[in-house]
Amino acid sequence: MSDLVADKVNMVFNTKGGGTVHALKDVSFTLKEGELLSVLGPSGCGKTTLLNIIAGFNRPTGGAFYLGDEEISGPGLNRGMVFQQGALFEWLTVAENVNFGLRMKGSDKKETAKKVEEWLDIVGLQGFGNTPTYQLSGGMQQRVALARCLINDPDLILMDEPLGALDALTREKMQTLVLKIWKETGKTIMIITHSVEEALLLGERLFVMAPRPGRLHKEYKLPFAEQGLTIDPREIKNSQQFIETREEILTMIWDMEEEIMGGTSNAA
Amino acid sequence: MIVGILFIVLICLVTGAILYGRRLVRTEVTDAVFGNPTRALGGWHWIVAGVSSILIVWIYFSWDAGRAFFPTAANELCQVAKLNRTANPIRSAFPLEDRLLRGTALLERDYGQIDVLESRLANANFNDTDRAELKSIIEEMRSTLSAQANPALMDPETAGRLDEIATRINMLADNIADDNYPAEPDPNRAEALKQPAWGATSTEIPPMAMTDLGYKFSKASEVMDAISKDFSKIRNNGETITAKLEALKVRYTSFEIDETEGEEITAQRKELVKQIEKIYRRIDDGKIFPSAMTQSVETALINLDDVQKSEQGTLRYIDIFALPGGDILAGNRACSEQGSGRWLPKPSDTLNTFIRMADPDVGYKGIPLLWYEMRPVGQVFEILIPDWIADLVPGEYPRHDDEGTVLTNFKNKVYNFATGKYESMLIPVPMGHIWDSLMRVLAGLFFGILLGVPLGLYMGLSRFAKGFFDPLIELYRPIPPLAWAPLILTIFGIQDDGKIFLLFMVAFAIMVISARTGATGTQLSKIHAAHSLGASKFQIIRKVILPNSLPEILTGIRIAIGVCWGTLVAAEMLAGTTGIGFVENVARKQSDYEIIWMTILLLGILGLMFDLMMRFIIHRTIPWRGKG
Repeated sequence: MSDLVADKVNMVFNTKGGGTVHALKDVSFTLKEGELLSVLGPSGCGKTTLLNIIAGFNRPTGGAFYLGDEEISGPGLNRGMVFQQGALFEWLTVAENVNFGLRMKGSDKKETAKKVEEWLDIVGLQGFGNTPTYQLSGGMQQRVALARCLINDPDLILMDEPLGALDALTREKMQTLVLKIWKETGKTIMIITHSVEEALLLGERLFVMAPRPGRLHKEYKLPFAEQGLTIDPREIKNSQQFIETREEILTMIWDMEEEIMGGTSNAA
Repeated sequence: MIVGILFIVLICLVTGAILYGRRLVRTEVTDAVFGNPTRALGGWHWIVAGVSSILIVWIYFSWDAGRAFFPTAANELCQVAKLNRTANPIRSAFPLEDRLLRGTALLERDYGQIDVLESRLANANFNDTDRAELKSIIEEMRSTLSAQANPALMDPETAGRLDEIATRINMLADNIADDNYPAEPDPNRAEALKQPAWGATSTEIPPMAMTDLGYKFSKASEVMDAISKDFSKIRNNGETITAKLEALKVRYTSFEIDETEGEEITAQRKELVKQIEKIYRRIDDGKIFPSAMTQSVETALINLDDVQKSEQGTLRYIDIFALPGGDILAGNRACSEQGSGRWLPKPSDTLNTFIRMADPDVGYKGIPLLWYEMRPVGQVFEILIPDWIADLVPGEYPRHDDEGTVLTNFKNKVYNFATGKYESMLIPVPMGHIWDSLMRVLAGLFFGILLGVPLGLYMGLSRFAKGFFDPLIELYRPIPPLAWAPLILTIFGIQDDGKIFLLFMVAFAIMVISARTGATGTQLSKIHAAHSLGASKFQIIRKVILPNSLPEILTGIRIAIGVCWGTLVAAEMLAGTTGIGFVENVARKQSDYEIIWMTILLLGILGLMFDLMMRFIIHRTIPWRGKG
């Protein structure tokens, strides 16, 4: 429905000691509709802050984000978020979690139930509608989180290290699921991740961010996500091009970290 | 008998539980490491063992077990106590219980006082002649004392009387050892057997002898009583000693105090002479005997003791083992339990009292413990619906018309409804001490939750609310609720309102803090998630923060119930006309230990029921706690 435009976004936090932390400095980019973006970077480079501002939980101290033509000023149903720990409501069942957004809106009950069934099917949790959430494993909880976010048909999907807490096997399955959803819904998806492999696989575009101050360091355009739609991700991960790109980016990040660690004094 | 059987059953339960527990540990697959909480699951056999142990201790130390197995023991021990009581006046003169012979003790005391007097004389203000005279008087007192201890100076008649006492005691001992004593059967036996049994009423132990052994001791005590009285009349007043005493008296009464040297000195001198008179009065008591002369009585008493103990036989062991921690004393007309048997009422007595009081026709002070009465529905509504609701109805109250008829309109009808003035059917409404107490706690709790939870949530979410209300709540919270009680009594009077308000205050602070903790403890990611799912602020409070705070709120309720329960009883003790605390208070004033213990147990059990109910509710409402 719309492009995400970042216009010289700045975010400065005040620390307890009286100092400031420049979490984001002059971040500008345009994310076209339907693109799959992954954001990579060492700790403290401002990835989560970026996502929080896009989601509307924080206001930037300078600059602004625009979705379509509207400035982002608060949370909304058009930007769905999937959290690292799921942030599910453990007092509700799976179905109640998934239809939460629709219930808050007051949608028709029958419609809602149908949609819940649909989405549980897509994420692979058919039949789990009445299970209390706290009885699910980590992977299943993340799938519920995905369903909960996607059922509301948001324009922009934000994911904050969604697969970080999962084991390797589940992680691979979930990566395939994300790609599948991207293919089937064609939505704009922005994923933050720690893992270089995941960033490469789940990104048409890849932003590498650097800390202190947080900024966009480098941008890549990658073919692996497209490939992932048709080819088995494991094969992609073993391909030559993938390994080379991975080495390149890893080295870059290490150099960047050394620069920063060696150059500036350890303030924290 | 029931108690006896119960006692044995409980002991078997405890041993059984221990054996079962040991077998369980041996046969259990023990790969659960120490610290694993699932290892502490189950364990019903230990609950059984614990409860049984408590009951065993209670039954034993309250003498209920003793009474069940040896029902006549107390009555017999009472008779033995009678013998001891009548023998006391003589026994106390000899080193049987005390360390010193009475004569020795008296001599020590009197010599000591004379010494003190002498040293005072040395420092007192007398002229030399007077001083010499007084000194000699004091010397004379000393020698009079030592004369009383001199066997040569004792009147042979006194010695004879002492020996006679010894003989009588020895005869009594022989009688006690004799199986056929007393020869005649107990004339009062029939009446004695009609006495209420041990514990049947509040007169405790039946004082009249009900067994032959008891009767023997009872008769012996009568004889002993006579002997004691005669012994008390014996005085060591032989001729020589009496003469010495009289001479001494003459000397000090005729001593003239020199009053020429001023008031103060005169007063001092008078005081000293008065001291001499005091000591004299003690000396002429006549209770000091030469120690060899009283030896026979002493021996006789020891003999009596031995005989008496061996005659008691198993009764002594029953006293030591089955009636622990106390004794049975005999007064002039009644026998009483002393020690733990006194202040620890027996379980069977407590149960009987409870059953008696639970009968709605009996109750306590005319009000049953827990019952119901039929009241018109209107009265119930009258309490629940406030009167001012009628004022809100638009319109005016009716007036009378020209013919004096009172018209009615809707507003009037609402008013009548709110004040309960209409015909209605009867419904059963609970009443009684227990209900009143419960109702007060529940009412206080209800208002505390109603007002406390929203405020607490508000304080957790709003800077203004937190800053504004925090000082007020934190200031009044640490104050013990009872400190407010006098104030509340003055404002509300002794009706229920005041107590409910007090409980409300207690519950309110707890609920505010619980709700606040719950609100601030909600994970930010959940709130963000709800936000990005399109929930409004109000929806977030209702659908995210409130369910998330349920664990803290329910725990708060559980705590509040406990504290309210404790405060309630104390508040009822302060002022009130009904309620369990009131019952206990009145029972305390009347020293009715059984009722006191009954109320204590009742309070404990009711409190436990509350807690178990809350645990159940918590388990059902928040199953996700601690998981996931």
